[in-house]
Amino acid sequence: MLHIKNLHASVEEKDILKGIDLEVKSGEVHAIMGPNGSGKSTFAAVVAGKEEFEITEGDVLLNGEDISEMDPEERAHKGVFLSFQYPVEIPGVTVTNFVKTAINETRKAKGLEDMPAGEMLKKIKEKADLLEIDRKFLSRSLNEGFSGGEKKRNEIFQMAMMEPKLAILDETDSGLDIDALKVVANGVNKLKSDDNAVIVITHYQRLLDYIVPDYVHVLMDGKIVKSGSKELAYELEEKGYDWIKEELV
Amino acid sequence: MSLKEKLLSSYLAFEDHLDVDSPIHDLRTDAIKSFETQGFPTKKEEEWKYTSLNALLKEDYSIFPKKENSLEIKDVKKYFLHDVDTYKIVFVDGVYSSFLSETTHEGMDVCLLSSALGKDKYKPVIEAYYNKAIKESSLISLNTAFAKEGAYIYIPKHTEVEKPIEIINFATGNEAALLLQPRNLIVVEENAHVQIIERHQSLSENAVLTNSVTEIFAEKRAFVDYYKIQNDKVTASLIDHTHIKQERDSICKVHTFSFGGKLIRNNLNFYQHGEHCDSVLNGITILEGKQHVDHNTLVHHIAPNCESHQDYKGIFDDNATGVFNGKVYVEKEAQKLDAFQQNNNILISDKATINSKPQLEIFADDVKCSHGCTIGQLDEDALFYLRSRGIAKKEARALLMYAFANNVLESVKIPELKERINKLIANKIGVNIGFNL
Repeated sequence: MLHIKNLHASVEEKDILKGIDLEVKSGEVHAIMGPNGSGKSTFAAVVAGKEEFEITEGDVLLNGEDISEMDPEERAHKGVFLSFQYPVEIPGVTVTNFVKTAINETRKAKGLEDMPAGEMLKKIKEKADLLEIDRKFLSRSLNEGFSGGEKKRNEIFQMAMMEPKLAILDETDSGLDIDALKVVANGVNKLKSDDNAVIVITHYQRLLDYIVPDYVHVLMDGKIVKSGSKELAYELEEKGYDWIKEELV
Repeated sequence: MSLKEKLLSSYLAFEDHLDVDSPIHDLRTDAIKSFETQGFPTKKEEEWKYTSLNALLKEDYSIFPKKENSLEIKDVKKYFLHDVDTYKIVFVDGVYSSFLSETTHEGMDVCLLSSALGKDKYKPVIEAYYNKAIKESSLISLNTAFAKEGAYIYIPKHTEVEKPIEIINFATGNEAALLLQPRNLIVVEENAHVQIIERHQSLSENAVLTNSVTEIFAEKRAFVDYYKIQNDKVTASLIDHTHIKQERDSICKVHTFSFGGKLIRNNLNFYQHGEHCDSVLNGITILEGKQHVDHNTLVHHIAPNCESHQDYKGIFDDNATGVFNGKVYVEKEAQKLDAFQQNNNILISDKATINSKPQLEIFADDVKCSHGCTIGQLDEDALFYLRSRGIAKKEARALLMYAFANNVLESVKIPELKERINKLIANKIGVNIGFNL
């Protein structure tokens, strides 16, 4: 599914990613953990195509195709989805209208007609139920005045609607109380299949109790310095990151 | 001969045909003298620092069209909000078109200034109101001197006008260059409600300069909702003066949508004479090319316990230039005031310019006043967010521009008009946004 080879990226001449290798297969869940400033969010943004970051070296292959030069919207059309740590407020555009636009723009890019209105409504209802989203919520302006939890739930709702091949969840657990966390995790788990993959970026092991990873990677100073099974997350929770630094020395 | 000289000599000819017993004859005589003394404003004046009329004044304008011109309904229908559900007062090259208009005298007057000026029964109204909301300036004087036609709207006590009133000024282009000076007088009596839409539309590429004056009187508890649609040709210019006098408990809202024109200058003045007045000034400006819009606003708070809210949004592309010069003036007696003034701008191109100057002058000591101004670009993070959802760059930019202007659009309370403005905005930002906004 996703094959990243020796990925280097910089912003304003400052190197942030310094040689990342990662392979994510269909049906897998990978967790990327690491201290603040290690490059986790940059990694997510680079894979999704944020133009402010320059890829200076390496490849990003999605199902064998190099996507590193593609616009963010093209990557979305290919099935990449990023759940934002800080979703943007768009006044005057309702949640429903926004997801309709996103879906139909993606269909248009694939040469398909707009999704029929009835099918769209049915899908919206089904996915809103999955994430326990109230109907009234859908006619509010996108993210405007949403609580932290509502924003994150709305991100996963968009993911459910767009049915990506590769979903990257950037700190989706931040700002969520335990009940909201369970709803969001349950949503992600229901969307999980053998045909897609999820990368979970998080500070804390807490989310990984609910979205159980097949692999855990530790990102430090722009590199993956350690990989392991889900037990590694428990170890990090207990001992912090300093012991890894020591190991590296 | 300069335009000023031409105007002064034309006035002499014009005066020969005037009724010297008219209640406004003395006003005219004083006004032409005042214009003669002051001339056209120049950039040396603080209020005109960022807007130059020089290029406009070089044209050889016809001051009185040589003949009456008529228009076919099918050619201008698209400029009307609605076929039947509005009153219409339509002027073609400054001359009233009874054929295109739909007016009434039933229970109120939605008609013509010329008839109000000419008939004895209107004399008390003209004496009580005409030129009484005006703060003099050279261009207003010029209008006062030459004014003979415009809309006259009189809504009596407790009357709620059941449909919006459209005031539309067409310029046919039969003259190589035309100067128009419409003059509107609007009186809304106690507890009366009215919605008005004003539009100036040139139908050719010939030069048009409109120097328009509108006086609005909102009596006790009156409600006035006024929309200005400025989406004219790039060869048409508009200098608008709208002065509003409010009495106690009245609410007046003016929404200005500036989407096109060579040069637009809006002088919008509110005078709050009674307690508990509310004044709302909203604007969306979207310009490209070399167009220029200057919003010059004044809210003069004279009485206590009043409110005013100004919210102007501007989006400027190419070499377009904008000015926001907003003043809130609070008299010593205007205590317990709540005044808010906001001007936000997005510059799309490196060559676009905005000069924003929000001003407060406060002489009372117990008031709540705030103002702010922002100038920026489209938010790159927001753009990335939309694009990461599969929305192409162009559409994503359009969505952000739409979102930026949205809260002002929300204030439009006539559904058909809101839809029309939505379409104009989508058209302006060059994209079909793809859903019913």
